[in-house]
Amino acid sequence: MTAVPTDPTRLTAAEMADALATGAISSAELTQAHLDRTAAVDDAVHAYLHVDADGAIAAARAVDARRAAREPLHPLAGVPVAVKDVMATKGLPTTCGSRILEGWVPPYDATLVTRLREAGMPILGKTNMDEFAMGSSTEHSAYGPTHNPWDLDRIPGGSGGGSSSVVASYQAPLAIGTDTGGSIRQPAAVTGTVGVKPTYGGVSRYGLVALASSLDQAGPCTRTVLDAALLHDVIGGHDPMDSTSIDAPVPPVVEAARRADVSGLRIGIVRELTGEGFQPGVQQRFDEAVALLVERGARVVEVSCPSFAYALAAYYLILPSEASSNLAKFDAMRYGLRVGPPEVAHPSAEQVMAATRDAGFGPEVKRRIILGTYALSSGYYDAYYGTAQKVRRLIADDFARAFETADVLASPTAPTTAFRLGDKLDDPMAMYLNDIATIPANLAGVPGISVPSGLAPEDGLPTGIQFLAPATEDERLYAAGAALEAALTDRWGGPLLASAPDLAPQGA
Amino acid sequence: MTTTHVGEPVLSFEEALAAYDPVMGLEVHVELNTATKMFCGCATTFGAEPNSQVCPVCLGLPGALPVVNEKGVESAIRIGLALNCEIASWCRFARKNYFYPDMPKNFQTSQYDEPISFDGHLDVELSDGSTYRVEIERAHMEEDTGKSLHVGGSTGRIHGADHSLVDYNRAGIPLIEIVTKPMLGAGEQAPEVARAYVSALRDLLKALGVSDVRMEQGSMRCDVNLSLMPKGSTTLGTRSETKNVNSLRSVERAVRYEVGRHAAVLASGRRVVQETRHWHEDTGITTSGREKSDAEDYRYFPEPDLVPVAPSRETVEALRATLPENPATRRKRLQSDWGYSDLEMRDVVNAGLVELIEETVAAGATPAGARKWWSGEVARRANTEAQDVVTYAASLGVTPAHVVELEELVTSGRLNDSMARQVWEGVLDGEGSPTAVADARGLQLVRDDGALEAAVDEVIAANPDVAQKIRDGKVQAVGALIGQVMKATKGQADAGQARTVILERLGVS
Repeated sequence: MTAVPTDPTRLTAAEMADALATGAISSAELTQAHLDRTAAVDDAVHAYLHVDADGAIAAARAVDARRAAREPLHPLAGVPVAVKDVMATKGLPTTCGSRILEGWVPPYDATLVTRLREAGMPILGKTNMDEFAMGSSTEHSAYGPTHNPWDLDRIPGGSGGGSSSVVASYQAPLAIGTDTGGSIRQPAAVTGTVGVKPTYGGVSRYGLVALASSLDQAGPCTRTVLDAALLHDVIGGHDPMDSTSIDAPVPPVVEAARRADVSGLRIGIVRELTGEGFQPGVQQRFDEAVALLVERGARVVEVSCPSFAYALAAYYLILPSEASSNLAKFDAMRYGLRVGPPEVAHPSAEQVMAATRDAGFGPEVKRRIILGTYALSSGYYDAYYGTAQKVRRLIADDFARAFETADVLASPTAPTTAFRLGDKLDDPMAMYLNDIATIPANLAGVPGISVPSGLAPEDGLPTGIQFLAPATEDERLYAAGAALEAALTDRWGGPLLASAPDLAPQGA
Repeated sequence: MTTTHVGEPVLSFEEALAAYDPVMGLEVHVELNTATKMFCGCATTFGAEPNSQVCPVCLGLPGALPVVNEKGVESAIRIGLALNCEIASWCRFARKNYFYPDMPKNFQTSQYDEPISFDGHLDVELSDGSTYRVEIERAHMEEDTGKSLHVGGSTGRIHGADHSLVDYNRAGIPLIEIVTKPMLGAGEQAPEVARAYVSALRDLLKALGVSDVRMEQGSMRCDVNLSLMPKGSTTLGTRSETKNVNSLRSVERAVRYEVGRHAAVLASGRRVVQETRHWHEDTGITTSGREKSDAEDYRYFPEPDLVPVAPSRETVEALRATLPENPATRRKRLQSDWGYSDLEMRDVVNAGLVELIEETVAAGATPAGARKWWSGEVARRANTEAQDVVTYAASLGVTPAHVVELEELVTSGRLNDSMARQVWEGVLDGEGSPTAVADARGLQLVRDDGALEAAVDEVIAANPDVAQKIRDGKVQAVGALIGQVMKATKGQADAGQARTVILERLGVS
């Protein structure tokens, strides 16, 4: 029987599930403990845009009642979860971090939200993000940035900085993120947590407010690899409502995370994603992590993916192109913000659309809409969008070739540790470069995981290592990630997050 | 704001054709009659309460995703096959981006450079018996938009309206857009060719069972592109695109009008403006809509939310096997079965009576009888009511079985032709079945042989000369006596029976 410490929020999700199963704690108690933690620390962190205390407690009580009635329950039943504000949640505000959706309450649940509810997992609230998931720092949220629990003056990564921070600050054991170019993995790296972008099509996108349809993928944000696998197992699998969803069972991710076996695993080090451009401490922890895996039986091979050099350029054509079309629906006609043009007595629908979009979208969103509109324009389409699609094909070919000699690929997740809030806000290119290592996976649709690799010696901030696997072979990520996690936890004498500063409750 | 539209100068059709050759291109949008919409499970019932057939997908709510309606794809392929098109083995949907309040996503999910079917043709018959081959460029899948209702103001158009309401029930209904290649060489027959094409297309789609093809309800909509080429030239002129020409007659009239208008512009040395034009059914003219220019850029790109459509060759062949008989072939077959003359058949087709006659014949009527009863008084009354015969007959509750019954009353000898006409009028007046009407009106041929014989005797006695001629072998003279017998019996006698009795009495039988 799992002993429940004074603060149950410190347990892993797997431990919480055990404690709930044995009756050591009720879901209502567990959920309330997280809500209390949020009340204590989220003024400083600002990871949530909306907390649904009543809904979460009601869901927790319902699952407690079902458990008391000895109904068969999902293994994670009663374990609370936070959801990125880009997923539609029936009855709960969904803003995508944008003014233009302020006050919108969806009349329907995203498929993955339905799956969380059906598993009996109370939804604590909606997490902060860069507006429409455009950014790598959450500084583009219209509702203010999230602060990194390791250093409140630093960014928590983005776009899913809210989801990485709620788990890093023990406000939730599990969170849902979305990853279009690294928005799950890069925040995980800079907050010392675990983040997984499943294979494209592995988790339903129905109800995920699209940034770039061909790149977006939802996935788990957690503190351990096993927890990520458990959450992946809940939300993954075929959905007839999403025609790009893969019609196959969820890969055996939980089993792989439990076995944590890397013996004979061929780890390909991507030459183009190492060395120059990466912070020395990030590179050092990466090298040490690879060496640890070799000690555990893995083999290292070097692979080259020359087309990755063009990934960022292709990404910043495909993403804005799709986004410019996806975001056209925000026109004030049916939902969300509506602003009349100033000094127009009887404005036309088109004038209201223009005024609303001007007032409702932030500068980064406007920048990308303009870029995408331009790239798709007649006469430029072939040169921009067309060429980017060809690059995408070459990148997929590079992956295919690399996976002939390697079972997984590895690189540092992000080139640097968390930078200071405001540092890159005026330099979009510097911000975009943060995703250099994560973007290729989205372009090719392959899965990736980020796992803590340590603290950079120069600044004492978390660093992350990324593993990538061939499409639909997600379980390889969990095997490699869990093996490394076990080795590092042994070395450190506990999880990395144990060395994070305690966010003393305000005024306590 | 005035409600009357001022026409532009036009040359007469004949003057125009003396100098120019018309070139047409027709774009026909057809709403499929699938039970659900193209990308979601919402119902497609026409005329439902506004915004009662909507969901997150067709309302374009954030996060919602489309899924292709397989039935819609099947219908698209069947239409392509019926139009003799190639069927793509792999094609994608594309987004057509533009802002409009009745378009929920501000892009229309359509197809761009990868249509499901392409390169086909449809042969249409013209009144002079010749055939014109319309080349089909493409038939592609897309979704319909919502419908705006402009409230206030005098025109019902957006200008001057007080506010607008949008009904999204129509948003997402599957559409097939059928685009012809430029139609050249029709000359003075251009208006007729346009009409015959749309008519043939309507018949074809109806026979396929893929659409209600009700032009008046908007389930089939036609845009007419037209340009003129100076005679002898091979360079296409600048075209106008006349939108929403939504009846067969209007198609013909719009082509005729635009030919005259373009000719007047060109004859005066000006240039035709490439633009969208509105068709005005009441006045029979077109007026300028928005100018089309290079500024209109739909920024098409492949729809990333949908996987490609890749029908296997087996699927396509299986669908080909479900194609009905071509309507033109079918008409020829029926004409021969029914023994109708060309003129009779054309009248029947134009009146939309083919199916009704087919049903009536199947129920037991003779082809001649079926044609006679459905195209006479019923057609006249339907025309007065501005309805088609089928709808009108259905509204009266008059069925093929009634025609069969009426014919039987005649063949059994109970009614003669003029009595049958009276009975049919009674049926149409709602007095009941033919038998009931005949009973109620006391219509019955004279069956009393004594009365008939007495009448015959009287007539023979009164016409000894004629009687003698008949006795001498000039049997055709019997007609004069029959007429007198009918008169004497006030039309209640059966003419055939009267003839038999007269000949018996004169010993000629």
